[in-house]
Amino acid sequence: MEAEAAKFIGAGLATLGMIGAGIGVGTIFGNFLNGALRNPAAAGGQIGNLFVGAALAEALGILAFVLGILILFG
Amino acid sequence: MREALADPIHQFEIQKIVDLPDVTVPGLGVIDLAFTNSTLAMTVAAGAIVALMAAVTARPAVVPGRLQSVGELLFGLVDGLVDSIIGHEGRRYFAFVFTLFLFILAMNFLGLFLVFTATSQLAVTVTLAVMTILLVLGVGFARNGLGFFKLFVPSGVPWVILILVVPIEIISFLLRPVTLALRLFGNMLGGHVALKVFAGFIVSLGALAAGGGLGLFGIPGAVLALGGVVALTALEFLVAFLQAFVFTVLTCIYLNDVVNLGHGH
Repeated sequence: MEAEAAKFIGAGLATLGMIGAGIGVGTIFGNFLNGALRNPAAAGGQIGNLFVGAALAEALGILAFVLGILILFG
Repeated sequence: MREALADPIHQFEIQKIVDLPDVTVPGLGVIDLAFTNSTLAMTVAAGAIVALMAAVTARPAVVPGRLQSVGELLFGLVDGLVDSIIGHEGRRYFAFVFTLFLFILAMNFLGLFLVFTATSQLAVTVTLAVMTILLVLGVGFARNGLGFFKLFVPSGVPWVILILVVPIEIISFLLRPVTLALRLFGNMLGGHVALKVFAGFIVSLGALAAGGGLGLFGIPGAVLALGGVVALTALEFLVAFLQAFVFTVLTCIYLNDVVNLGHGH
């Protein structure tokens, strides 16, 4: 196999890490809606926490994405 | 195929607009002072903020007009954030947090209107993140002295578990500037690459359709891709605001850790 081909495969594999970020962000927003529908009065105050949690989960997926970009163009 | 892959990255290349002579700084080596498109984007962003804020505060009225309420909305958003996360002491750090928020927001939005996004440069986001973490360290040591290290030792935890928890806390603290910089960089880079890739689909499918015959099936695909670009642009506006907001919230949380150290706020 050519080294160039291996690079593309590696970059593709690296982005698989975003699956975990997708699951994480989905869980956070799903659970937020779950809680918000049970107690809508308390939902407004938790928007900040919601986005921070989503950002923290997303950051790990972004790490995988950056790694993929690095492999492809680095 | 190689060209199609390499093209979306072209928009992130640094180009020199005005080439200034290199300067040798002792201890740092040679520094290229050239005025690049990244510098231009940041200058325009900073200028836009100053112009907006000057316009907002030019004729202050008790009942805000349309323009003034924009400024009050932005001010109130960050003020409420700082107050609810850091508390009373937060007022002291408001200027830094507000500046950071406006600067990142302006750079993100200008990236969607102009050709260049300054926040898609790792150098820019790393600078912002390092600045934030240095402020957190400075405030932490100035307020708590060596008590700053209590940050890594959660109270009320048995010592057996502390052996496990303290290294984790230290590693997570060290990772803060890394994730802070990479999150903003990755989101901006990824969003703009996706926009360019979808825009490329329109052109290549349109070219396919222009060939006639079976290629005419490319037309619905091109229309779909155009819809995708419109939807992605709308999403990018949300992301541009959200990433500036998240950077600000995390800055507040990190500051709160050291400002209210020990008395869990």
